[in-house]
Amino acid sequence: MHEFALADAVARAALRAARDAGMSRVERVTVKIGELQDIRTDLFVFSLTEVLPGVDPALAGVVFDIVEEPVRFGCRACGAEFGREDAGDRSDPDAAEAIHLVPELSHAFLRCPQCGGPDFEILAGRGVTLERVEGTGGEED
Amino acid sequence: MDPRTAAVSERLSGVSRVAAVAGSKGGIGKSVVATTMALALAGRGRSVGLFDLDFTSPSAHVILGTRAGFPAEEFGIEPHEAAGIRVMSVAFLLGDSPAPLRGVDATNALLELLAITNWGDLDVLVLDMPPGLGDTSLDVIRLIPRLEFVLVGTSSRLVISSVERAAALLRELRVPVAGIVENMSRSGGDGVEALAGRHGFPFLGSVPFDPALEEAVGDVGRLREGAVFGAVDGVVARLGW
Repeated sequence: MHEFALADAVARAALRAARDAGMSRVERVTVKIGELQDIRTDLFVFSLTEVLPGVDPALAGVVFDIVEEPVRFGCRACGAEFGREDAGDRSDPDAAEAIHLVPELSHAFLRCPQCGGPDFEILAGRGVTLERVEGTGGEED
Repeated sequence: MDPRTAAVSERLSGVSRVAAVAGSKGGIGKSVVATTMALALAGRGRSVGLFDLDFTSPSAHVILGTRAGFPAEEFGIEPHEAAGIRVMSVAFLLGDSPAPLRGVDATNALLELLAITNWGDLDVLVLDMPPGLGDTSLDVIRLIPRLEFVLVGTSSRLVISSVERAAALLRELRVPVAGIVENMSRSGGDGVEALAGRHGFPFLGSVPFDPALEEAVGDVGRLREGAVFGAVDGVVARLGW
């Protein structure tokens, strides 16, 4: 359950951001989830809303808004821009698991559909980012 | 905001000491020193982890002779156990596939693995560093608490000149250096020992060039019987870990 580790990281970062912004209570957190990491959103949200509040009561009642972002790659060799479906099939379970754990390992398994090269940039939709923390006494982007 | 940095210190909270085994040239035996150091520490009863940070050319798993597959996932990912050491390597995720990573990708891979790997309670986590003073070295210095370097050099003037730069940088950055090891020694460690002296770092000893090492790679039992292991065990004794 790797999703728990990611949720734990998000929760810690959100509480730290809230503290740094002088908030006394966190009310709403916006999280962006990139397509490439292929996260089980239900497990991720369950960890945030049902498991982690038992560990840290400051998370109780916090609303988590999830924004899903499609992945976009940009090839450094030929300049092509492409999405996940164009970069290779999803049927190899080992590739899918490796990319799920470390999205950069997509360079080992995916290829530019135009030139066939592995030297591409992940332009968007990589993994989990904390977009916004709102609460009593402040707001932090 | 990247949430992973908030998780790194927590994931390493049970680790008493982190030792980055590094040298600024490739092919000087950093991985052999790092791996045998982990074995020697384990042999002395320490709880030890070994994290191969050479993402493009991982080799610690080859030295240990383990081809373990994907790590188990349990509130994060679990390092594999090999020869009494907890081991993490991208090789467990990649198999034999090459991973061409630019610096920013290596940084992200490092951060991701640091944020999700459950090292548990360790006396020492040994980092097998990639060659050079690039992104991974700077990221390790930036991200990892309780870090100290063990520098590896050889008597080659090319290597000494390169390790000299590494030593100077670490001094400038005020990063602790536990000492310098001469590896592949054929005639004593004058050059490396002198380098250690110039920077005020402990000289930890010489590890001999052993033609039989190649045959022992992948066989921990033979590694433990070899001259390299014996010398590295002496290094560990001098470190006092």
